[in-house]
Amino acid sequence: MTIGLIDTGCANLASVRFALERAQLDYRVIDTPAGMEGCQRFILPGVGAAGPAMQRLRAAGWDRALAADARPLLGICLGMQMLFERSAEGHVDCLGLIPGAIEKLPPPVEGVWPHMGWNALEALDQDEPLLAGIEAGEHVYFVHGFFAPPGPATMAICDYGRPVSALVRHGHVAGCQFHPERSGAAGARILANFAMSPR
Amino acid sequence: MLARRIIPCLDVRDGRVVKGVRFRDHEDVGDIVDLARRYAREGADELVFYDIAASARGRTVEPEWVSAVARELDIPFCVAGGIRSVDDARARLFAGADKISVNTPALEHPDIIDRLAAEFGSQCVVLGVDSRIIDGQWRVHQYTGDPDKTVIGHRRTLDWIAEGIDRGAGEVVLNCMDQDGVRDGYDIEQLQAARALCSTPLIASGGAGQKEHFKSVFDLAKVDGALAASVFHKGVIEIGQLKSWLGGEGIRVRP
Repeated sequence: MTIGLIDTGCANLASVRFALERAQLDYRVIDTPAGMEGCQRFILPGVGAAGPAMQRLRAAGWDRALAADARPLLGICLGMQMLFERSAEGHVDCLGLIPGAIEKLPPPVEGVWPHMGWNALEALDQDEPLLAGIEAGEHVYFVHGFFAPPGPATMAICDYGRPVSALVRHGHVAGCQFHPERSGAAGARILANFAMSPR
Repeated sequence: MLARRIIPCLDVRDGRVVKGVRFRDHEDVGDIVDLARRYAREGADELVFYDIAASARGRTVEPEWVSAVARELDIPFCVAGGIRSVDDARARLFAGADKISVNTPALEHPDIIDRLAAEFGSQCVVLGVDSRIIDGQWRVHQYTGDPDKTVIGHRRTLDWIAEGIDRGAGEVVLNCMDQDGVRDGYDIEQLQAARALCSTPLIASGGAGQKEHFKSVFDLAKVDGALAASVFHKGVIEIGQLKSWLGGEGIRVRP
């Protein structure tokens, strides 16, 4: 099993690569859709802003390639947000693989913006394969200023003055708003679940 | 809601972790990767690595050890010390650091904060501030890595924090130097004043000596995280025990 780690040129891949290596998962960094051959699933990492990231994805043809593919795909942080239809960050159209839109996250009373730090997973969907072995209340590491309001795709939330989608799924396409590669044992379990998940 | 973060700070010099009192008389406390691994296992929420000599000597941190740490750690970490350019920052972030912290170079050229935030996003950019009372006011102290080169800045601490956030810093670490290394408790008054104007996460630094100090800085100054070094390095406080005690005291921590 080989994971294709999608390199858009503007995301920092080091921490995801090291997490996959710690988990002894086989992966290959791919920078064009031509590299998808031979991979059984894909991770779309993301750090930065939605506008430039979508531009890079489109320029390399990832929008069409991912729309036409049925292999499991996991977006991380901004990578998760780009799976939705559009984002309020820069008002850009995104990949449209998950219904819904990304909105700006209002800071809670006495809270800071962006949402940065360890927060607890809540309202876990019992059938979500990525959450196997994960219990409500486990903390994972978030860094983001925009968010997916809970919807049909939401498989777990966290509370930041309002419910925030923490983990989403629509068919074979899933996403984590948090960084599993920086979320201790819980994050490592979620990455391992992705490597083994049936979809 | 967010858990309050417990953050061991590892002062790095010549590839080793060191710790001094009031920024002087450094002693060797161990290997970087060994200590990083130990703290992550004990439940640290984040680590800060501070190359204490880099700013003063005009050197920069070596991405080699940053990468070695990133391979080991499954929690976030920040690298500070001697980051003078976007390229310096990129080398550390691409080696696997989650954040970079600027202190002295930002005092010399404040627009580096704007450039780093534009290039990498505010979430990567931490403003480190060394502050002490000078002439009855909290003021920013510069060149803290080398006693021979210590010069006193003239900026007022609170003005500088406000400017740094305005320029795009996504987090502030306020190191209260009068407390540093003496384990007498955090500077609650100064941290409260900083909290009042800080819309980003605020991390307290300087003065931790016993577990009650952590509780009071979270309760009274409402900081997002508390940073400490010597109490962890010397085993005075064990992180796992500290966090379970804080949890019992009603402070929200990651178990």
